[in-house]
Amino acid sequence: MASKQQANWSPYDNNGGTCVAIAGSNYCVIAADTRLSTGYSILTRDYSKLQQLADKSILASSGFQADIKALQKHLSAKHLIYQHQHNKQMSCPAMAQLLSNTLYYKRFFPYYAFNVLGGLDNEGKGCVFTYDAVGSYERVGYSSQGSGSTLITPVLDNQLKSPSPLLIPQETEAVDLVKDVFASAAERDIYTGDRVEITIVNAAGIRREYAELRKD
Amino acid sequence: MGKVSAAIDQGGFNFDLCRRNEMLMSKSGFKPPTYHKTGTTIVGLVFQDGIILGADTRATEGPIVAYKNCEKIHYMAPNIYCCGAGTAADTEAVTYMVSSQLQLHRQATGRESRVVTAFTLLKTHLFGYQGHVSATLVLGGVDITGPHLHTIYPHGSTDTLPYATMGSGSLAAMAMFESNYKKGLSRDKGIKLVCKAICAGIFNDLGSGSNVDVCVITKGKTDYLRNY
Repeated sequence: MASKQQANWSPYDNNGGTCVAIAGSNYCVIAADTRLSTGYSILTRDYSKLQQLADKSILASSGFQADIKALQKHLSAKHLIYQHQHNKQMSCPAMAQLLSNTLYYKRFFPYYAFNVLGGLDNEGKGCVFTYDAVGSYERVGYSSQGSGSTLITPVLDNQLKSPSPLLIPQETEAVDLVKDVFASAAERDIYTGDRVEITIVNAAGIRREYAELRKD
Repeated sequence: MGKVSAAIDQGGFNFDLCRRNEMLMSKSGFKPPTYHKTGTTIVGLVFQDGIILGADTRATEGPIVAYKNCEKIHYMAPNIYCCGAGTAADTEAVTYMVSSQLQLHRQATGRESRVVTAFTLLKTHLFGYQGHVSATLVLGGVDITGPHLHTIYPHGSTDTLPYATMGSGSLAAMAMFESNYKKGLSRDKGIKLVCKAICAGIFNDLGSGSNVDVCVITKGKTDYLRNY
């Protein structure tokens, strides 16, 4: 019995990687590993999956990096137009809505991008928005997307007490938690490793840190 | 009284469920159960006094690391060891089975096992299963006739080589071998080269990782250097 003919070319590829973001009372931590891979090979150990879209919004995306580059360019262009028209930067919640609309616009040929948007809202409080590939989003206290997300989310749930009122950590605690969580993910997920790039957004601006991970 | 069907006693693989599986997969996107693959780097080389085998220690189940420190260099006989890549259960089962056959043979003949014996037993078994036993092996040992190194593929074909690499990391490892191998290497140089090759696999192949296991086989002595 002959089986159905299937297309043998796919427009998508998965470049792997993991993204995490944690929102605090007056800061936001957004992090992603720096490994870019395809199949069983590593393309580079030094690829940034983070993109600053506005002065208080940072997008972390894992998935198909070509689609992600196109998405980032699209959002940056839209943001520039907004700045011309409104004479101010887009707020993080506004950027969140824009990202959702942009993703849904391609509902029937989606961007293969798993996004986490982090930053400060209009009141200066940390905010994290988590997305699926077609634009469904939600404001949450913390989130993880990508190949290591299934390993990281349970740990964050445990440490940040998801069901009951959110246990909001101090900025240094959040950064340490992110480093630990990536170290664990790198042990068990083959697509996560090399280095983790951590950005911390607070009232003073944006700070960047790096932590080394397993390279195998 | 009807004739009792003797289908159950035929032995070998029963492929009756294949049609059902095919239908399930095409209709409802049913995913078959996954199994541990060793997604591996395994190597072997002939040096001046015998054979050196090397392997990484990561076992993967899809994109997840199932076992960080598994043993991929399997014992066949005191003077023969075998590295295995492919499905972990298959490599363990086939090497264990041939290892016990060799022991019985040693009892019967009263002699040290020869590499060609293990070689023939393995390739005959794998050929009989027509590639369904997904075991890719690097077999090495030193017997009365000298050092031997062989590679065995799941369908039963084989090669006899002075240096060999197998597994998903084989290209990275072979790159090291092809540029640095020389005939008649000393023990230290041989171990260093094997480590270099496995490390190339560990760092450049996502299916390989963790530690390096090395096994040095010479006439009369075998050193299993676990987590070198």
